[in-house]
Amino acid sequence: MNQLERIAAALEKGEVETVIELTNEALGAGLDPGRIVDDGLIAGMTVVGGLFRKHEIFLPDVLMAAKAMNGAMEIVKPLLTGGGGRGLGRVVIGTIEGDLHDIGKNLVGVMLKGAGFDVIDLGSDVSPGRFVDTAVESGASVIGMSALLTTTMANMEKAVRLVKERRLDEKIRVIVGGAPLSEEFAARIGADAYGFDASSAVERVAKLVGEATR
Amino acid sequence: MRPTLRFLDDTLLDRIIAEARELLVRLGVEIHDEGILDMLGEHGAAVDRAAKRARIGGDMIDAALATVPSSFKVYDATGAESLDLGGMNVHFTPGSAAIRVLDYESGEAREPSTADCIRHARLVGKLDHIASQSTAIVAADVPEIVSDSYRLYLGLLHCDKPVVTGAFTVAAFDVMKKMLVAVRGSEEALAEKPLSIFSCCPTSPLKWSDVTSRNVVDCARASIPVEFIAMPLAGFQAPVTLVGTLIQHTAETLSGVVIGQAANPGSPVLYGGSPAIFDVRYETTPMGAVETMMIDCAYNEIGKSLGMPTQAYIALTDAKRIDAQAGQESAMGAVLASLAGINNISGPGMIDFESCQSLEKLVLDNETCGMMFRMIRGIEPREDFPSLPRFEELLAEGHLLISPHTRRHLREEHYFTGAVIDRANRSRRLEEGGRTLTERAHEQVESLLAESTPSSVRSSARAELKSIMTFAASAAGMDRLPEETM
Repeated sequence: MNQLERIAAALEKGEVETVIELTNEALGAGLDPGRIVDDGLIAGMTVVGGLFRKHEIFLPDVLMAAKAMNGAMEIVKPLLTGGGGRGLGRVVIGTIEGDLHDIGKNLVGVMLKGAGFDVIDLGSDVSPGRFVDTAVESGASVIGMSALLTTTMANMEKAVRLVKERRLDEKIRVIVGGAPLSEEFAARIGADAYGFDASSAVERVAKLVGEATR
Repeated sequence: MRPTLRFLDDTLLDRIIAEARELLVRLGVEIHDEGILDMLGEHGAAVDRAAKRARIGGDMIDAALATVPSSFKVYDATGAESLDLGGMNVHFTPGSAAIRVLDYESGEAREPSTADCIRHARLVGKLDHIASQSTAIVAADVPEIVSDSYRLYLGLLHCDKPVVTGAFTVAAFDVMKKMLVAVRGSEEALAEKPLSIFSCCPTSPLKWSDVTSRNVVDCARASIPVEFIAMPLAGFQAPVTLVGTLIQHTAETLSGVVIGQAANPGSPVLYGGSPAIFDVRYETTPMGAVETMMIDCAYNEIGKSLGMPTQAYIALTDAKRIDAQAGQESAMGAVLASLAGINNISGPGMIDFESCQSLEKLVLDNETCGMMFRMIRGIEPREDFPSLPRFEELLAEGHLLISPHTRRHLREEHYFTGAVIDRANRSRRLEEGGRTLTERAHEQVESLLAESTPSSVRSSARAELKSIMTFAASAAGMDRLPEETM
């Protein structure tokens, strides 16, 4: 097993200290930081994601692997070409105005952070204007809104409309989620994506970040 | 603390046993086998040959209860321990001797074939929570006279797990015993490490046919464990009350214990049964009736109080398909039986009273069994005291998903069900194909069968098994055995 494979294997097991140690060793041995990221860390996370989808490992295992990846990225990021331009992106999240149910939103936050995103969590009962203003001020490329109540879902549409009215829809993408929502609802209000659970939200946010920064 | 359940208080339990003993003394049991009547006479029973009846005194019952083991173990084909039958231990085994299988493709019950028996045995081998196989399906592609030994033959060839079985004739016992000896190597080794349990059924009310009583004696003499399957039907061939039925069940089962212990003191038995209420509307014996389950759990209490491990036909259903009724009745039975500590629970896979096996239901029931094992482990503290540090961590981190405490205890505290149980949210379920319960179960059946292998019985023993079976089949007029395909 070469150094990169050992990094991937340790990451798959969620061994935070070992991943950091092996990353330092690899850098010391002169390995290209970009290869450490692509063939070590991301390769390991890809395996972890596959195992999670097959229900062979569970959320805590994924988050431990993510923690290990983030630990290693702290070391590698400054050495990457462009001085750390590989940041995954910034996401503003919160529950929509009128809704105080934040369990799902919190889990999405944990998962997004674990996956390496920079997360600004506005908490609960967030107005459409505050979502959009914060995204603009922080340079976030994605807004993630959550609702549990059917009565508050309508406020999500206001936020989507605000993004479009302020002609921000090329720079800022909107993802929505929550128990009463559906793919159809997301499409109807003009949201860019629907996350049906926390892991699907992370996958879709990753895609949206790519679209928004194109 | 292991959660438990009781239906009888000590006073009622003692009274039921006393009444049953009185029945055995005053009315006795009808026994059709002359040799067994002789044997019981020699042990002190008052035998009425004309009426084929033996009245069994309290001394004989006490002598039998003094020698019957309070627990015993059963081992798989490799010799590894599989069942520890005693105390409050619980094991699950498929419901036995179905004369039909539920065909997945057609959705209809049909006559089973050799392939169905093999598929069933192979599947049982792959299910973590089913401890033993039973000769669950009676193949219709061999003559009835050899259908008992044939299902054991296929079971031994295709699954390592021990076998709950039974002989339909006196002669078949010898054939089946030879098969078990072939796998184990010798009669002594088989007695040392039992590989099977034979079901022996008295006939209600208070009667033993020559076949079943002979089977009890033959098993006892070979130290092959027996499970007594008394089947009083409340309101038909037993009193309508649950207490009355329990008195009858106790008398019938105790008479079996006396026969077995007279033949070979110390031979292992399970205090079992398959009683039911009688549904006077449909003329059926509902295994999914709550009263049936109450009788099962209550006789289990009686068996334990008499010092024997127990068995019951429970955790099965009267439904004809895998539907809500099937889930309701099977799971309700599994919960009650597990809480009651019935040592060998015969039921998984069975639908339509005790007549039809479904591989898809077996997979589903396996999940119920897994949940039951979690349930009876109960609620125990695991680094929970003092709790303050945990809550400080929770408030600081916002969650405990990757807390060391979570990672240490997640898998022992939470039982993770297989893919057959739907715990995804609606959207994820749809994304994963939106399959129904039965479709998911079928997918799992096929996936497990694809990775299944024949039993690890060594080649010389396989050849001997084939020789024994071929000889028995030939005597039944068969030129050759059906082809072994899945």
